[in-house]
Amino acid sequence: MDYQDGNALAGPLSEIFSLDVTVAQGKCAACGLRGPLAQLHVYGPDPGLVARCPSCEEVVLTLVRGPNDAWLDLRGSVSLRIPIAE
Amino acid sequence: MIKRLAWRVATLESARQETPTAKTLVLDVPGWPGHLPGQHVDVRLTAPDGYSTQRSYSIANASAGDRLELTVQTVDDGEVSPYLTDVLEPGDQIELRGPVGGWFVWRPHSSPPVLLIGGGSGIVPLMAMVRSRGKADTPFRLLYSLRDPGQLFYADELEKVKAGVEVAYLYTRIAPPDAGRAAGRLQTADLIAYGWPPETGPDVFVCGPTGFVESAADLLTALGHDPAKIRTERFGPTGG
Repeated sequence: MDYQDGNALAGPLSEIFSLDVTVAQGKCAACGLRGPLAQLHVYGPDPGLVARCPSCEEVVLTLVRGPNDAWLDLRGSVSLRIPIAE
Repeated sequence: MIKRLAWRVATLESARQETPTAKTLVLDVPGWPGHLPGQHVDVRLTAPDGYSTQRSYSIANASAGDRLELTVQTVDDGEVSPYLTDVLEPGDQIELRGPVGGWFVWRPHSSPPVLLIGGGSGIVPLMAMVRSRGKADTPFRLLYSLRDPGQLFYADELEKVKAGVEVAYLYTRIAPPDAGRAAGRLQTADLIAYGWPPETGPDVFVCGPTGFVESAADLLTALGHDPAKIRTERFGPTGG
């Protein structure tokens, strides 16, 4: 199946976070790979965006946008290291 | 309630035909905050019945006030692109959100040489980088993979790019007689002939269809390029 990459999460996640988190370094809960969210493999957009680890293909995060809320599930992500400029 | 990144209203000023199936839209976006080359916008179309759909498009121009240029390839059965390329007329308005994306971005003050590898309409964000280079002395090399000469975007401008930007055209199906290279997909030999050696530590940007990007990234890594310096952007299945 064809996919996009995590660059495509930048717009949808900008609804939730004040900083661009696609540049954040994430750590995959399944295999431990570290890398920016921008390089995840993203499937969707319907019924929601599913972002998978580029190494082990486990689900790192999902984002479902409804009319009145956004549901962000980060089950496959151990941590996010977010660069913040001074 | 949290305030969301605003959707802005953009007005089409003019359009340029790049190929029979691709157009550059020149938009006026009042209050546009500026952008970095490589960033994109989400475009939203809403039907009279309230049905709404959105797509991401790379920004093609260097940041210039309220002016924004998007080059859109028509996807025949797409929901959004045929509207943008065939229906939208000067004076018409669309909604967009951005600029977004901070990863696939070239920062004009960075100093290593730059290697740009584009497949098809993957040239668009790379062109924004070329256009943003301006008088910087960072040397650029661009490898532009395209099916045949009829698919070439920005032909006149690429013909005239200044010293410091070297452009190689890699035709995959039909090459013009003077191409100097038989038609075919991007190979290791192309990266050696037209790219930067890994030892020079270039910043590498690869954009195109998923298969093209995967293949290019694998070839680069096998040649010895540092995977951490290879940034990629893939078109997905919803390009329409």
